[in-house]
Amino acid sequence: MTDTSSHTHAHADAHGKGAADGHAHGDSASHGSFRGYMTGFVLAVVLTAIPFWLVMAGPLAPQTTALLVMGFAVAQIVVHMIYFLHMDTKSEGGWTMMALIFTILLVIIAISGSLWVMYHLNTNMMPMNPAMMESM
Amino acid sequence: MSATHNASGTTADDATRLAFYQLDEHDHPEGGSTMLGFWIYLMSDCLIFACLFAIYGVLGANYAGGPAPKDLFELPLVAINTSMLLLSSITYGFAMLAMERQQVRATQLWLAVTGLFGATFIGIELYEFATLIHEGATPQRSAFLSAFFTLVGTHGLHVTFGLIWLVTLMVQVGKHGLIQANKRRLLCLSMFWHFLDVIWIGVFTFVYLLGMLR
Repeated sequence: MTDTSSHTHAHADAHGKGAADGHAHGDSASHGSFRGYMTGFVLAVVLTAIPFWLVMAGPLAPQTTALLVMGFAVAQIVVHMIYFLHMDTKSEGGWTMMALIFTILLVIIAISGSLWVMYHLNTNMMPMNPAMMESM
Repeated sequence: MSATHNASGTTADDATRLAFYQLDEHDHPEGGSTMLGFWIYLMSDCLIFACLFAIYGVLGANYAGGPAPKDLFELPLVAINTSMLLLSSITYGFAMLAMERQQVRATQLWLAVTGLFGATFIGIELYEFATLIHEGATPQRSAFLSAFFTLVGTHGLHVTFGLIWLVTLMVQVGKHGLIQANKRRLLCLSMFWHFLDVIWIGVFTFVYLLGMLR
C-alpha cells in the first residue's frame, strides 16, 4: 500500500513540473553518454571484424565457423541493444523490455518453426523426376 | 483510489470529496507515450523481418541450377557496407549527445554525417544489386535470389525511408530549433536507425557470412 501511495505521489510530482520537460511520465530512458556510445562502437567493431575474418580467412572448419559467427551475431545484437538502443528493465515501467521479450519469442517461433516444418516437408516429399515435373 | 489519496497525505479538500475513481483526469503531456508506442512499432517491424528471414532460411538453398551465394557475394564489399552502417550508428549517437546539450548546429552536422554514411550504404547496396542483375542473378532467377532480394531490399528500403526522415528532421531542427517535439522525433529516429543496424547484423551474418560457408 505504501508502495502505491508513494508511486502516486511521485507521479503527481512529475506531472507538477508540467510539460516543460515533457518527461513527466517517469521517462527514465537514458540517452546515453559519449563513453557509452564509444564502448558500444568498439565492441560492435570487434564483434563484426572477427566473424568476417573467420569466414574470409577460414582458419576453422565450416561447422565451427558457422556456430562462432552466429554466436558473435547474438553478442553484437545484445551490445547494440544496450549501448545504442539503451534497453534496460526500467524504461517505460519495464514495458519496452516486456515487448522485446515477447517479440524475441515470436521471432524464434516464426523462424525455427518455419525451418523445422519446411525441412520435414522437403525430406518427406516423394522425390520427383523431371518427367513428373513436366506433367504438373 | 481514495485510500491512496489519504495515504499520500493530500489536502483535506481532497479527502472531503471521496471518489472511487479519479475525478481529475490528470494531464498527460503531449508525446508522453510516443517512445513506448514507437518501440512497439519497431517490434512489429521486427516481426516482418523475422518472416523474411524465415523465408530466406527455407528457400535460401533452392538455387534452381543458378548461382549460389559463393558465386555471387563479395565479402569485402559487404564488410565496407557493414562499417558504413556501424559508423552511421555512432555518428547518430553523437547527434543525440549534441541534442542533449541543445547545440543546434552540432546536431545538424552529425545528422548530416549520419545521412552521408547512410547514403553511402544505400549506394553500395544498389551497386551490388546492379552487379548481380547484370550477371543474370535477378530476383526471378531462383527462389534463393527472390528471397535474397526481398530480405536485403526491404532492409535497404527501410534505410532509404530513414534517410528521408533524417533530412526532414534536419530541416525541422533548422526551422524550429531543438524544441521538445523535435527532440522526441529525433529520439524516435534514433531508435529506428539503431534498430536497422541490429537487423543488418542478422543480414550480414545469416545471408552473407553463412551463405559463403555453404
